[in-house]
Amino acid sequence: MKQAELVIIGGGPAGLCAAVSAARSGAKVLIIERNKDLGGQLLKQTHMFFGSEKQYASLRGIDIPAILISELEKYKERVEIIKEATVVGVFEDGVITVLEKEENYFKIAPKALVLATGAYEKYLSFPNNDLPGIYGAGAVQTLMNVHGVKPGNKVLMVGAGNIGLIVSYQLMQAGVKVEAILDAAPKIGGYLVHASKVRRMGVPILTSHTVKEAIGKEELEKAVISQVDEKFSPIEGSEKTLDVDVMCISVGLTPLNELLAMRGCKMKYIPQLGGLVPLRNENYETSVENLFVAGDATGVEEASAAMVEGFLAGLCAAEKIGYRLDNFEEMKNDYLKQLEELRSGPAGKHILSGIEQIVL
Amino acid sequence: MRIEEHPILNFDKKKKIKFFFNGQSVEGYEGDTIASALHAAGVKVLGKSLFLHRPRGFYCAIGNCSSCLMTVNGVANVKTCVTDLEEGMNVEIQEGKGEIV
Ligand SMILES: Cc1cc2nc3c(=O)[nH]c(=O)nc-3n(C[C@H](O)[C@H](O)[C@H](O)COP(=O)(O)OP(=O)(O)OC[C@H]3O[C@@H](n4cnc5c(N)ncnc54)[C@H](O)[C@@H]3O)c2cc1C
Ligand code: FES
Repeated sequence: MKQAELVIIGGGPAGLCAAVSAARSGAKVLIIERNKDLGGQLLKQTHMFFGSEKQYASLRGIDIPAILISELEKYKERVEIIKEATVVGVFEDGVITVLEKEENYFKIAPKALVLATGAYEKYLSFPNNDLPGIYGAGAVQTLMNVHGVKPGNKVLMVGAGNIGLIVSYQLMQAGVKVEAILDAAPKIGGYLVHASKVRRMGVPILTSHTVKEAIGKEELEKAVISQVDEKFSPIEGSEKTLDVDVMCISVGLTPLNELLAMRGCKMKYIPQLGGLVPLRNENYETSVENLFVAGDATGVEEASAAMVEGFLAGLCAAEKIGYRLDNFEEMKNDYLKQLEELRSGPAGKHILSGIEQIVL
Repeated sequence: MRIEEHPILNFDKKKKIKFFFNGQSVEGYEGDTIASALHAAGVKVLGKSLFLHRPRGFYCAIGNCSSCLMTVNGVANVKTCVTDLEEGMNVEIQEGKGEIV
């Protein structure tokens, strides 16, 4: 069995920041990432980030991983990275199991763990929602921005949150027509800057609308949409049929953290945070000692918050196993303050009402 | 359907990779996953559901949902959305659950 000090599961923004922070404190870290490349969701974000400078705002998402990786390089004698390896189990005795490249299966006994596995896309139910051509918005983003392949010719975007708006814009940048963006809510969920950008390019944003059904034999051919009333029930007679070969589902994300439930962490369902999340203390340590969390896996927010949480969890996990920085308190308070600032807007209020219920 | 022009990203054509889909010769490029190469070649249906045999395409494209399982070089249940395309690969639509080899 492989021994390790601090294992970080997931090399997205949260995991990378946790690694930087822990290695800076003096701990030996091992990052395990399922993908070929580090960076998580950032690898497909071609747009400029919002947030503040401390969290690399106004850079494009795709350019942030390189900065974090070069930061990690500074501590390379203490950092090990295993890519194309998935953590498949976290057991009661603290042992974790890893499947590397679908063939090499091994165990690790770490002193502490930071879980930063991110989130996955929610689904929407309507007749024929399983037809090929109906994809998660993130999947379409990956197909376009990582592989350079168009998802189709005409797209219906379902969901007018930031992801729906941004991916619509990116579809147009790739030369794909977006027929409409719809959202069941009476108001656009995403930022107005993003909404204005797509509207200026002639894409209608239909609020109080939903998908009634998808039509197609082997693949999506048409989508029937309809207006909804205040109770989100479809309004009879308001149906319209759109000729689309792609439908993007962008109705939010939900934390990816089954490994925590498997290990026995106390979990709670918090809608404001996207679903089932672990209880945790101010240091982002869960109800299981030496098991920390950070990023979307603790509650769906943004990359900016994920990075600060990563820095904080890495700092505290290292301290817990004996690597305490001289200015530990100062650093910790700085991260806590950054999180407070990030959550000071109206969206932050909503997030905070969820966080209140999970802090140990 | 490849992106030809893009304001931010650069998709210069890389090395071509030849592979087989249900016995037919298809082309992709270096950097493709099996699913992205098939999609670019116009193939959206990657499999059939187990019981109702409904067509299945990919959904998440990052290895989370198992909607893209195919048989590759005789090995069943390969997540084609996160498996790199390789020269000469034999990719097939899978019947049922697949056999353990
Ligand atoms: C379209 C879109 C636009 C966005 N725009 C912005 C923006 O403008 N500003 C902003 O701040 N945020 C933005 N975000 C949000 C941001 O991308 C996420 O909040 C952020 O990436 C979360 O970071 P993370 O590290 O928690 O998770 P992720 O980035 O999802 O990283 C998780 C990593 O863990 C790996 N992993 C998962 N499970 C395992 C396992 N079992 N074993 C090993 N590895 C595993 C994954 O492969 C992945 O690399 C956007 C998101 C999307 C989808
Ligand atoms: S499409 Fe979800 S696992 Fe491949």
